[in-house]
Amino acid sequence: MPHPLLSVEDVSKTYDGFKAITNLTFYLYEGELRTVIGPNGAGKSTFFDLITGRAKPDKGKLDFGSDPAASHDLIALNEYEINRLGIGRKFQTPSVYTEHTVWDNLVLSLKGPRGVFASLFHRLTSTDRDRLDEILKTVRLDAKRSWKAGLLAHGEKQWLEIGMLLAQEPKVLLVDEPAAGMTDDETDRTGELLLSLAGKHSLIVIEHDMAFVKQIAVNGVVTVLHQGTVLCEGKFDEVQADQKVREVYLGRGKHGTR
Amino acid sequence: MSAPQVRRLELIAVAIIAALLLVVIPLLHVNGAISNFTIGVWGKYLCYALLAISVDLLWGYTGLLSLGQALFFTLGGYMHGMYLMRMIGDLGQYKKPIPDFLVFLGWERLPGFWEPFASFPFAMVMVFLVPGIIAYVFGYLAFRSRIKGVYFSILTQALTYAASIMFFRNNLLLGGNNGFTDFKFILGYKLNEPSTTRGLYIATAITVLLAFLFCRWLSKTKFGLVQQAIRDGENRVLFSGYATSHFKLFIFVVAALIAAVGGALYTPQVGIINPGEMQADKSLEAVVWVAVGGRGTLLGPIVGAISINALKSWATRAYPDLWLIILGGLFILVVLFLPGGIVSIPARLKAAWRKLRSAPPPADATASPQSVSAKS
Repeated sequence: MPHPLLSVEDVSKTYDGFKAITNLTFYLYEGELRTVIGPNGAGKSTFFDLITGRAKPDKGKLDFGSDPAASHDLIALNEYEINRLGIGRKFQTPSVYTEHTVWDNLVLSLKGPRGVFASLFHRLTSTDRDRLDEILKTVRLDAKRSWKAGLLAHGEKQWLEIGMLLAQEPKVLLVDEPAAGMTDDETDRTGELLLSLAGKHSLIVIEHDMAFVKQIAVNGVVTVLHQGTVLCEGKFDEVQADQKVREVYLGRGKHGTR
Repeated sequence: MSAPQVRRLELIAVAIIAALLLVVIPLLHVNGAISNFTIGVWGKYLCYALLAISVDLLWGYTGLLSLGQALFFTLGGYMHGMYLMRMIGDLGQYKKPIPDFLVFLGWERLPGFWEPFASFPFAMVMVFLVPGIIAYVFGYLAFRSRIKGVYFSILTQALTYAASIMFFRNNLLLGGNNGFTDFKFILGYKLNEPSTTRGLYIATAITVLLAFLFCRWLSKTKFGLVQQAIRDGENRVLFSGYATSHFKLFIFVVAALIAAVGGALYTPQVGIINPGEMQADKSLEAVVWVAVGGRGTLLGPIVGAISINALKSWATRAYPDLWLIILGGLFILVVLFLPGGIVSIPARLKAAWRKLRSAPPPADATASPQSVSAKS
């Protein structure tokens, strides 16, 4: 077994007495597409908050880097430092810059220097432009590049944010409910896109929509979170057949799809 | 309207305003059609325009509503005021070689920190340095602690309030509540000469133009994109690898410097600077200028500062008791009915005219999203 790219070990996080994450251990390997499911309040979004530096764990270890000798302790870093290491995040509600054009949204996300002075004298190279054109095609917003992002449909905003993530060329993509608010056709295409990214990138996808989970978890591992900790891990079919998982979902009167 | 058309219209508007302020007004003054008083008043309006630009850079472009920009304006005014006080020499009321208020406080000799202010270049460096350092320290602490929204506004208001209390005290040796006044000379020129008044006016108009061009350039850089992205979704910026606190700190200091230059130009033209200028309501007024002129536009703050202050000059003479009610009413009206401010009127009229002409709306009347994005 190779060294994991992302190691989350025995991590706990409490908010005012509420245990959001309890003794969570989780490993992500290079090139993997991991799907994380779990009922509402299972701690899925907190899990992303901990990885991206938005929240700090009360205890535990968070390490990033497939080379154990040169791995980074994520707990010591803040949001933008973690992002610069190559961890990109797509939020649950699409967060794009509504007053900027689609193109400018991507320009801001493009991998490159992030400092104040670098941004004052920044110029797009032709390589940059080609890269942005390519991303626009991938997320099918080529024709709407000069639209204000605020005018896009909900699903298109989701795609734009995925495009913004791609522009950052991250090692790890954390994708929170990408299919929310999408039509079936859009959901299907999103699944294909995420599958095509696996291998080159490593992904963790949080999702509620079971049809979508089935689609993207064809080869990968599904992790079920429950009450802030890992309930079980395995192939989609194994997880689906698991008695504990069934209890958690059925016992709460919820069956995935929202 | 396509993007190049908008740009050309904007350019024409700017050129007309610049020609009016930079050429026509000074020429009319030379010719005697505009009185010394009037050109002085216009000089003051333009100083306020710089303060308004400073507010807009933060509020309109970065989403940081600072209610303390008048502090930096006044500090700039004080730094230049110290030079002007030194230039009075022994021509003051007491005929002593030190400023009158120091004589009044019982000082025989000049306090040490007043010494270097006899040098104009030194005073100009201090115009930038003092407000710049204060903005840097305050901004560093506020942004590092991630103070946002209304808390940031309250803190900036508290900062200027605290500073005004400090400046009201005589033992700060900066003139107490009277501040500095009774100036005589600037760079060897007599301040009461019409040519000096005109020169100061022209210097102010040029500064406003330069500040405008600088902000225009800034808004088109990637920095400007980041700045506006912070306004619309700071989390996304932070999680895209940008240290948003650094960007906010940079623009906070730049805005403070622009306000400070405005203040430095204000002191010799108005002839007085005192802590009243850094009281809380002054900063609030500047926010109203920006809102009325057009928040988040480059021309809006300039138009707003000039028009509201012109209105104020008239109203405080015609209806002195009603001025604050007029100002408040105007603010409410603009917020409710003209959120884009004065500068959005042409576009609104155009839209209304187009609607009127195509009374039964044909299919092509729906504006294409391209044109909407181009107007931004």
